[in-house]
Amino acid sequence: MVAWLAGRLLQSFVVLAVMSFVIYAMIGLMPGDPVDIMIAADPRLAPEDAARLRALYGLDLPIGERYLNWLGTALSGDLGYSLTYNRPVLEILLPRLANTLLLLVIAALLAISVAVTAGIVAALRPRGIVDAAINLACFAGISVPPFWLALVLIIVFAVTLGWLPAGGMGEAGAPWSERAAYLVLPVATLTAASLAAYTRLARSAMIEALRQDWIRTARAKGAGPARVVAFHALRNAMLPLVTIIALDFGTLFSGALITETMFGWLGMGKLIYDSILGNDFNTALVALLFATGVVLVANVLADIAYAALDPRISYRPQEAAR
Amino acid sequence: MNGFARFRRRFLRHRAAVAGLVVLVLMALAAPLVGAALGLDATQVDLFGRYAPPGGGHLLGTDEAGRDVLMRLLYGGQVSLAVGLAAALGAALIGTSVGLLAGTRGGRVDALLMRTTDAVIALPVLPLLIVLAAVDLTRLGVPAGSAQSEEAALLRIVSVIALVGWTTVARLVRAGALSVRTRDYVRAAEALGASRLRVAMRHVLPNVVAPVVVATTLAAGNLILLESVLSFLGLGIQPPVPSWGNMLSNAQETIARAPALALWPGACIFATVIALNFLGDGLQDALDPRAAAD
Repeated sequence: MVAWLAGRLLQSFVVLAVMSFVIYAMIGLMPGDPVDIMIAADPRLAPEDAARLRALYGLDLPIGERYLNWLGTALSGDLGYSLTYNRPVLEILLPRLANTLLLLVIAALLAISVAVTAGIVAALRPRGIVDAAINLACFAGISVPPFWLALVLIIVFAVTLGWLPAGGMGEAGAPWSERAAYLVLPVATLTAASLAAYTRLARSAMIEALRQDWIRTARAKGAGPARVVAFHALRNAMLPLVTIIALDFGTLFSGALITETMFGWLGMGKLIYDSILGNDFNTALVALLFATGVVLVANVLADIAYAALDPRISYRPQEAAR
Repeated sequence: MNGFARFRRRFLRHRAAVAGLVVLVLMALAAPLVGAALGLDATQVDLFGRYAPPGGGHLLGTDEAGRDVLMRLLYGGQVSLAVGLAAALGAALIGTSVGLLAGTRGGRVDALLMRTTDAVIALPVLPLLIVLAAVDLTRLGVPAGSAQSEEAALLRIVSVIALVGWTTVARLVRAGALSVRTRDYVRAAEALGASRLRVAMRHVLPNVVAPVVVATTLAAGNLILLESVLSFLGLGIQPPVPSWGNMLSNAQETIARAPALALWPGACIFATVIALNFLGDGLQDALDPRAAAD
């Protein structure tokens, strides 16, 4: 188990290290480096000054060297400042991360509970009329553009009916009940994005589980239909479901970027998008690294949960490397 | 009964897939036909006829620059479809190469390629694609003139979205390669001195064509969604070339004045993507050799 876990952590660490270089290199290719921005702010700077400034900040070094310089500084705890907010990036980032996690956790829990329920109902009578209806809804769900769904929700519930706010997060000091109204539409958008895919998974996992021998045994021993479904089948169906959903954290994060941008929710996704469009490249760099790190940690936790849930899983390293 | 007749019969029985195919063909062909029939084009600006209501000379009205909404939808559809299909084909090519390499080489090559595939699946791709789509091509040595051209912009969006669409195909092809490699006829071919390339091309590829076709169809739908997201965020297909995503981006700003402008492009994306998903489902049923041989 320990060897398996160490291998798994090492693998995630390698991915994070590679990604940190890729992200650093991509950010270096953004239009306009810090010196360009200084020139734009101060027209008196001559081209010679720009070259001198580039040398001063080490911007003329090869990419590998620049990366190592940056990595050394970053690992010593200095992640730099945000150009937009004139504050340390971490100070901006951490509250945003909390906002995103709030959105993600609520949406994921909601999507999983609805999907499991719908999946069970569909699996009880495969190819029945209810199954067909759920299947059609799933096709619709995986085909709808998430940002358009957000627009339609805004048109219906905010513009036309006026029941819910079109965006924002509410006053910081307002009571929780008032601020919850701002959560409804973003959570609905984000939930819808994953609900259809999860429901299909839950349905096929349940059908597969209900087909097993032990289900027949349980029925033969007189277990009622509710007990068979809730106890015998669901427990086994949950296994593949939990892993796939947890490995889907990256997709969920991508969905959060769209949702946050549409509803003005001050999370990580919106921060990344805004900072790239606003030439705030240091913030974009750090936020992207954090997003990648959070997703990788979630994936490792998912693997551990899976291994812990399923006694049949082997922890031998060669198995893990398969 | 020969294979194709059986395929056709099974496919035609999947009504949703047939409907999906019809929708896609109409979507691909409609723009020039409707344009010729109505005598309209997608770029004609009429600043005295902004936000015209549906009816009259414009079946769906006009947008914020007085352009015909229907024509822009149809041309935008051609662009979105072409970009999605091109990216899906590119992704299928990447995925097939990666899968073949991993499945026939095995060992460390296999481990490295498959760990990379896992990483691409797990990563938060949209934020990364946004950065990639914002990269300044002139910094990579592309001359400024061609970096800003329409062709470069289209090629860029195709490559960017193809980079995420290949993982399913890679896994399918690798699995196919692994299962074929142990068969006797492949061992016999290897014993007779067939090269790895020949084994891959003659024995592995034909065995994985069906699942790859299905996966590519489904990927095309996903990639059209991704294109629309990036175009909507201003990082995909750039105006004045119409695409459903960038039309929605304009419509969002005028949502209070003309909500219908925000409804049509989204409905078109939805119809196209669901058509591709139904088509993929139908192809799967029709191509799956394990399905009942009726």
